[in-house]
Amino acid sequence: MLAYLARRLIQAALILLGVSFITFFLLYVLPADPVRQIAGRSATAQTVENIRHQLGLDQPFVVQYWRYLVGLVQGDMGRSYLQKTDVATLIMARLPATLLLMLGAIVAELVIGLTLGIIAAIRRGGALDQTLMITSFVAVSAPQFVVGLLLLYVFAVKLSWFPIGGYGSFSNLVLPALTLGIMGSGWYSRMMRSSMIDVLRSDYIRTARAKGLRRSRVLVLHAMPNAILPIIAMIGIDIGIFMSGIVVVESVFGWPGIGQLAWQAIQRVDIPIIMGVTLVSACAIVLGNLIADMITPFIDPRIKLR
Amino acid sequence: MSLMKTMLTTSALAVSLSFAGAALAQDYQPDPNAKPGGNIIITYKDDVATLDPAIGYDWQNWSMIKSLFDGLMDYVPGTTELRPGLADSYDVSDDGMTFIFHLRPGVTFHNGREMTAEDVKYSLDRVTNPVTQSPGAGFFASIMGYDAMADGSASELSGVEVVDPATVKITLSRRDATFLHVMALNFASIVPKEAVEEWGTDFGKHPVGTGAYKLANWTIGQQLVFAKNTEYWRAGVPYLDQITFEVGQEPIVALLRLQKGEVDVPGDGIPPAKFEEVMSNPAEKARVVEGGQLQTGYITLNVKTPPFDNLKVREAVNMAINKQRITQMINGRAIPANQPLPPTMPGYSKDYKGYAFDADAAKALLAEAGFADGFSTELYVMNTDPNPRIAQAIQQDLKAIGVSADIKSLAQANVIEAGGAGKAPMIWSGGMAWIADFPDPSNFYGPILGCAGAGEGGWNWSKFCDPEIDAEATKADSYTDPANPERLAMWSDVYEKVMEQAPWVPVFNEQRYTMKSERMGGDDSLYVDPVSIPVNYDYVYVTK
Repeated sequence: MLAYLARRLIQAALILLGVSFITFFLLYVLPADPVRQIAGRSATAQTVENIRHQLGLDQPFVVQYWRYLVGLVQGDMGRSYLQKTDVATLIMARLPATLLLMLGAIVAELVIGLTLGIIAAIRRGGALDQTLMITSFVAVSAPQFVVGLLLLYVFAVKLSWFPIGGYGSFSNLVLPALTLGIMGSGWYSRMMRSSMIDVLRSDYIRTARAKGLRRSRVLVLHAMPNAILPIIAMIGIDIGIFMSGIVVVESVFGWPGIGQLAWQAIQRVDIPIIMGVTLVSACAIVLGNLIADMITPFIDPRIKLR
Repeated sequence: MSLMKTMLTTSALAVSLSFAGAALAQDYQPDPNAKPGGNIIITYKDDVATLDPAIGYDWQNWSMIKSLFDGLMDYVPGTTELRPGLADSYDVSDDGMTFIFHLRPGVTFHNGREMTAEDVKYSLDRVTNPVTQSPGAGFFASIMGYDAMADGSASELSGVEVVDPATVKITLSRRDATFLHVMALNFASIVPKEAVEEWGTDFGKHPVGTGAYKLANWTIGQQLVFAKNTEYWRAGVPYLDQITFEVGQEPIVALLRLQKGEVDVPGDGIPPAKFEEVMSNPAEKARVVEGGQLQTGYITLNVKTPPFDNLKVREAVNMAINKQRITQMINGRAIPANQPLPPTMPGYSKDYKGYAFDADAAKALLAEAGFADGFSTELYVMNTDPNPRIAQAIQQDLKAIGVSADIKSLAQANVIEAGGAGKAPMIWSGGMAWIADFPDPSNFYGPILGCAGAGEGGWNWSKFCDPEIDAEATKADSYTDPANPERLAMWSDVYEKVMEQAPWVPVFNEQRYTMKSERMGGDDSLYVDPVSIPVNYDYVYVTK
């Protein structure tokens, strides 16, 4: 188990190194000059060259990348070109909001997905089942900015149940978490449905029913725990999917997380921030997958980690 | 520019002239209905990068910095007229090369220390020092010693001298009609040395100035709270106790919140898609203030790239564009333009007619130039609405004269890069169009039409460089009075000569529309202030 963990951690480090290299390289070849963004439109050629030199952007790619790595190893993610602030400070200021949003989304997708999946499994083949499965299909396919604006329009503007964007209280969290979680809820309802159907067919359920237990008791206490287990392991993988969604969702709802930070940095070619957010997201994805894999043996003892 | 006119009429008599602040300050009548107090909410989409006046150059932080800091010069609220700021008065030498600023006594920074001449010197040295990386450093190029600062061989501007704690003498290396405007720019704000040194590069997150408001709280990525500076040196203002800037809000969301009464001014304006809806509702329309802005949207034609190296081709393109239709596409939020300067800018040529829309004449010109069958080219454009739509309209107009333009819709930074590198034959400037830094005709020339901006990476995307026109521009700027009619006539002439060479197709001048909540009070001009964009926070107030 420990050897497995060590091996996975080394793999994770290599993956992060690869991600950092690819991102840094792509930003290096990008046909946009960060120095122009800093120097502004009225700058003279001399000012531009001066800034380029100060930031070390006149150095060859290998030197720039090496300097970045050396800083990174020492815990220095650099300074934002435009905000002049420490990238670590900027990310740490926004990370809690993103984590809260992801937590909210996980709760949302589990509650909605599992409930719909169970109902569909019980009513298998019926009209309700079909309706739910079509709904889940739509949920999986709907673009998040459309879902976000739709929820915002209906529940915040028209019905005034929730505030229009913003951050700070539980009611601010509901709509963005739903938007982010709705795609996952589509997946989960489908997985829960098939998982539940499998369990309901198994011998021990028939035994439980045969010994006279009520149907509801069998469903809740006997079938559900076993049907949910394989799904729990999927949550770690969700983190990666969420990372791609937060940029859109945070922008629509004005949620002050790292997605917004990344989006603004991309527009202004603020390379240290883009690098920082990319690496933090990559870390989250790698860790999420690792946790998912580590949990599996506890859920299903037949699986051994080697 | 009434102030400068007064100055010049007197200058005939005096060897050197001096004006008491009292004589100049007849600038702004405070609103008799204004009530102090209240807290307003302003929203912006993009985060505030910095509040360091030497660095901030964004849409959202420009007016915030104006309210936190002051410079030696300032503008009469709601106008483009200069008035003294931290300088009580100033003397100009006869040759226009030396300015002596007499500082206002008893002005204190937000940290309680009194502002002195040393601070003025420190601030100007700091903004021109390359280590500061100020995007505005180039504005100070006429101060003696600037070149030595820029190349790193000096750490102080030799032209800025502290005469005594209340007097600063600034010597120029050439006459510069725009110098007083430069002293009113954010980049010329006076900062206290000890606070800059305490925070280092983080000064932009911990600003300390002399302005009407001070930064009370900043939650990164969420909001900034400005509190009234009760010690502010201008009596009676500001009126508001507090301003909260909420960032990260999409313009469409900000508008919805305004309609529900949760927001007072959406800083990014009315989103284009909602404009018609807002303007067709009388109650909402009444809360929209319209004003001109010192902005021109244009198409650059790269004079170094065939076939745009041919004047006839450039003229033909100028005649081919239906500007009226393009302004209709953006709901009439602009007026068609025929020259680089916007109509509200001094020096605008009222009698200049420009190139009239005439597709047949354009076609004939193309044929004359040897392109009877047209040609293919590329049109670069920033990829946010409404710019790709405008590019399509331009594409259709060009099609009508046989020119097929391939639209390259890219992120802003990529368009700027292509333009600077001279790789773009045509660029529609929308989203990156020139907005004046200060209300003077010279500001539309140097970086975007002059030889100075035509080099690699410069903002002169036409790569247009005519040494004769450049020489006339330099001459126009060597007057002492920016509002001298002779000088303005020279500037009109410069832009007419530029248009004879047709490196641009001036398309339109955008109007500004600021929407406000019902309780916002103060003259309309404060909401379309040409300098404090979008709102002059120091003079607006709330009625409830």
